Amino acid sequence: MEPIIIEGTPKTPTIKFDSSKGEFEIKGRSIPENSVEFYKPLVDWLDLYKESPLNKTVVNIRLEYFNTSSSKCILDVFKKLEAIHKAKNDVEVNWYYEEDDEDMLEAGEDYESIIRVPFKMIEIVE
Amino acid sequence: MSFNVESYFSDISSGNPIHFYKGNIDSDLINKVLDTVEGKLIKGNEHSKLRKKVYNVLVESLQNLYHHVDKVPDDFEDQTSDKFGILEVIKEENGYRIITGNFVQADNVEKLEEKIKRINRSSHEEITELYKFILNHQRISSKGGGGLGLVDIARKTGNRLEYQFKKYNEESSFFYLNIFVSENY
Repeated sequence: MEPIIIEGTPKTPTIKFDSSKGEFEIKGRSIPENSVEFYKPLVDWLDLYKESPLNKTVVNIRLEYFNTSSSKCILDVFKKLEAIHKAKNDVEVNWYYEEDDEDMLEAGEDYESIIRVPFKMIEIVE
Repeated sequence: MSFNVESYFSDISSGNPIHFYKGNIDSDLINKVLDTVEGKLIKGNEHSKLRKKVYNVLVESLQNLYHHVDKVPDDFEDQTSDKFGILEVIKEENGYRIITGNFVQADNVEKLEEKIKRINRSSHEEITELYKFILNHQRISSKGGGGLGLVDIARKTGNRLEYQFKKYNEESSFFYLNIFVSENY
């Protein structure tokens, strides 16, 4: 599978999905008006990856901002990961948040309570 | 017809307006407003926690306008804006006030008001549960909104959503949403 690498913009995050390493990263700002358009290729890609995943998949989420429209798309990404985890593969989500950003921590906890995949909340101390 | 969409602002005496816009709300405009206001928050040395809350609320308010404004009445002064809205950001002593305004068709007023009232009578815990429920159960609408914007604003600010509907004519009202982002929350 070809990796997906997308450079970030002021409204969309940097994406690095590498199936050969089982490492996925979403980083930066995710505030587009049309988030479905941005996230659909990622969700489709994960659908393919889900067919033959590595034993261990690590997902790093390092978001500075995301809008409510992205929040649903990010949930769709996590639902694919949940399916991979359900099929007896290791999946780990590292949810990064800046030390004073309780809103971002709470957002991670929202997903943790909805998705049955182990989450690690990691505080970034500057 | 004497209908002035800006008259609402003259009733708000306190604070220092740092940004005002009136006109069409498109994607480029949203980028510009976010850039400008973020620049002012940084220049004003605001604490990153307050800066982020203001930025988040601004994103949701502008995108609410982008996804949900109804069309302007036929005799309104601005007939060129496809998505007409107004926005003011005001610096106050203990935080920032963000006010938006847009036309809402008479048929949609009751539904919107009911939604706001439901949010306003909920506790923080109830709002968090409501947010999670909508996140998990509601699909993105044909308009592109997720139905989460107002809930998210209430959750992040911890404040009631102040609002007002000003009747324009039998078919249309102008809707003001007035949000305070406190530096102490």
